[in-house]
Amino acid sequence: MQISGAQMVIEALIAENVTTVFGYPGGAIMNVYDEIYKQEGFEHILTRHEQAAIHAAEGYAKVTGKVGVAMITSGPGFTNAVTGLADAYMDSIPLVVISGQVPMSLIGTDAFQEIDAVGISRACTKHNYLVTDAKDLPRILKEAFYIAASGRPGPVHVDIPKDVTAQIEEFVYPENVDIPTYKPTVKGNKRQIKKAVEAIAEAKRPLFYLGGGVINSNAAEEVRAFVKQTGIPAVETFMARGTLRYDDPLLISMLGMHGSYAANMAMSETDLVIALGARFDDRVTGKLSEFAKHAGIIHVDIDPASISKLVNADYPIVGDVKGVVAEMIELAKEQVDPKRYLPWLETVDHFDKLHPLRYIEDTDRIKPQWVIERVGELLGDDANISTDVGQHQMWTAQFYPFTRPRQWVSSGGLGTMGFGFPAALGVKRGAMDKISINFTGDGSILMNIQELMTAVEKKLPVINIILNNNYLGMVRQWQTLFYNKRHSETDLSMQPDFVMLAESFGGVGYRVSTKEEFDAALKDAVEKNVVAIIDVKVERLENVLPMVPSGGSLFNMMLLENKES
Amino acid sequence: MQEERRVISVIVANEASALSRISGLFSARGYNVVSLTVAPIPESDYSRLTIVTVGSVRVIEQITKQLHKLIPVLRVSDTQEMIEKEMVLTKFPITEDLNNISVLANAYNGKIVNVGTDTIIVMIADEPKRVEHFLTAIRRYHPLEIVRGGTVAVDR
Repeated sequence: MQISGAQMVIEALIAENVTTVFGYPGGAIMNVYDEIYKQEGFEHILTRHEQAAIHAAEGYAKVTGKVGVAMITSGPGFTNAVTGLADAYMDSIPLVVISGQVPMSLIGTDAFQEIDAVGISRACTKHNYLVTDAKDLPRILKEAFYIAASGRPGPVHVDIPKDVTAQIEEFVYPENVDIPTYKPTVKGNKRQIKKAVEAIAEAKRPLFYLGGGVINSNAAEEVRAFVKQTGIPAVETFMARGTLRYDDPLLISMLGMHGSYAANMAMSETDLVIALGARFDDRVTGKLSEFAKHAGIIHVDIDPASISKLVNADYPIVGDVKGVVAEMIELAKEQVDPKRYLPWLETVDHFDKLHPLRYIEDTDRIKPQWVIERVGELLGDDANISTDVGQHQMWTAQFYPFTRPRQWVSSGGLGTMGFGFPAALGVKRGAMDKISINFTGDGSILMNIQELMTAVEKKLPVINIILNNNYLGMVRQWQTLFYNKRHSETDLSMQPDFVMLAESFGGVGYRVSTKEEFDAALKDAVEKNVVAIIDVKVERLENVLPMVPSGGSLFNMMLLENKES
Repeated sequence: MQEERRVISVIVANEASALSRISGLFSARGYNVVSLTVAPIPESDYSRLTIVTVGSVRVIEQITKQLHKLIPVLRVSDTQEMIEKEMVLTKFPITEDLNNISVLANAYNGKIVNVGTDTIIVMIADEPKRVEHFLTAIRRYHPLEIVRGGTVAVDR
């Protein structure tokens, strides 16, 4: 059939089973929005800022496992979206982002709202396209969805000039993708897998190091089974929270800069790291030369470039974690005896008893960690959890009782303040049967507060819990510890009235300064099923502990115990 | 860590932005480029890039892996078994000793390719190391302009 480029975009989205698109219209993308006005194949959610459209698509993609889709216009529309693209790129989130561009005849003339979008997005996307002829659109859109979701997932950007969206051409949507230059290795090398399992069977103190790739490859079920079968303890990265249930006896919590003492000590004492979909990020490893110093390294990752990038892998396995672990399970049945690791488990248990992950209760003021634990007690598995960036984010990663993969959505690699609320909108749309909680800070929430309007309009009842300490807390913590308490520009004593702010957008606001008030507010917000802000006044000077100072060794932690004295 | 010089040959689909993807990768990740040449491969939809770079073994490994991750890249090879050649054009004042210059050019697989009223132009094509020798040798003839073409290489 002969249709316009704009119609092709719609047809492609429908062909890809896209049910939700986040976006913001503008001049260069108007032809496509004119078609959106007519179509009924998917829902368009109008965010109030392009950055939020991308974060919402990220949240949606994370919680559903599908490709998130966002649509934006040229120039400022696109540049606003760049932070979102970079965020998705760092956390390997599959997205297709379609932007309008000035007409072909105006490209390169500094036209109104022109920017070299593909030039900018090249650095923060898995791949990108400038479509110069509508004839190429069906192929490019098909490729975009394929590239976004396959291999190591990531955002793909498609920039379409306005005249190309008006161009009429024959539309046949391809059934298959054929990119001769792009063939990700999915299946791990059998011999390497065999050698890795042999190494596991011979190790005395092996340790699973689970990364976000486990979630991305939907491998949590296999990993849970493998951990149980082998009886080997496991640490999770920030991105991998929810892979194992919080109460799994073999889970030693999160490792890294704000990981638990037991997790970091286990990593320092292990003789074999079994890294699954983890990339040895500096926030995890601390000082590289001291990281897992006595250990052999098995590294399973779909991205060959992640293997031996920072830490040399003794057993490199390029492939999809899900399939590789399934093969390992079969081999391990014969070879691996869980009893072998019992003394090691005792050691780990000893680490945990020595310095458990905890905080000190305060009878007068609410501790932020209490709020997170309390939400866990009251909502637990019924909630999906997103966060912004800062202290509240680390406390949530430490203290929320995660029970399943895709329950946890946070900006890991880029650390984007303002991520949480729009992401939570996408999370809610992707999983309407769950309560969507966004833990945020008094700094972060103001970075995309305008999305209250989107949430109210689209009836996406996200509950924002502000752990309000009147500080940019994490920066304040570093200033306290490493800058001799010079709290440069981190005091946020001047604040809006968050209750009135929520209400001015048509949401509901709660101001909370006692535990009883918090319980009542959360109960009310859940029952009423409304867009809410719960502004919780918490202890101002609470620090996130344990902490490995930037560049320090994992086993040299600042501990709560030391701070008490 | 010991730095080494490596020649990396990249086969890439003929796309408008392929070169900028590759050069962008080098600048974004802080890799060195000593020279970079690119031209289409005859009767194909691909181009060949020859990149000369310097780095530690780990860095070189990352360069090849990261290059291969780029969607339009078909093949990356960094074998040390390559035949390398580089072309150089050099302009001399016509008043210099043309006989000697001509003999030198011959010794480096070259010759005089143009003679003008004030200048002559010499072309040579040789291994990068020998090119360095040539450039040292011709210094005494006061070259006015030296244009290096960058390395091209092919697997042995």
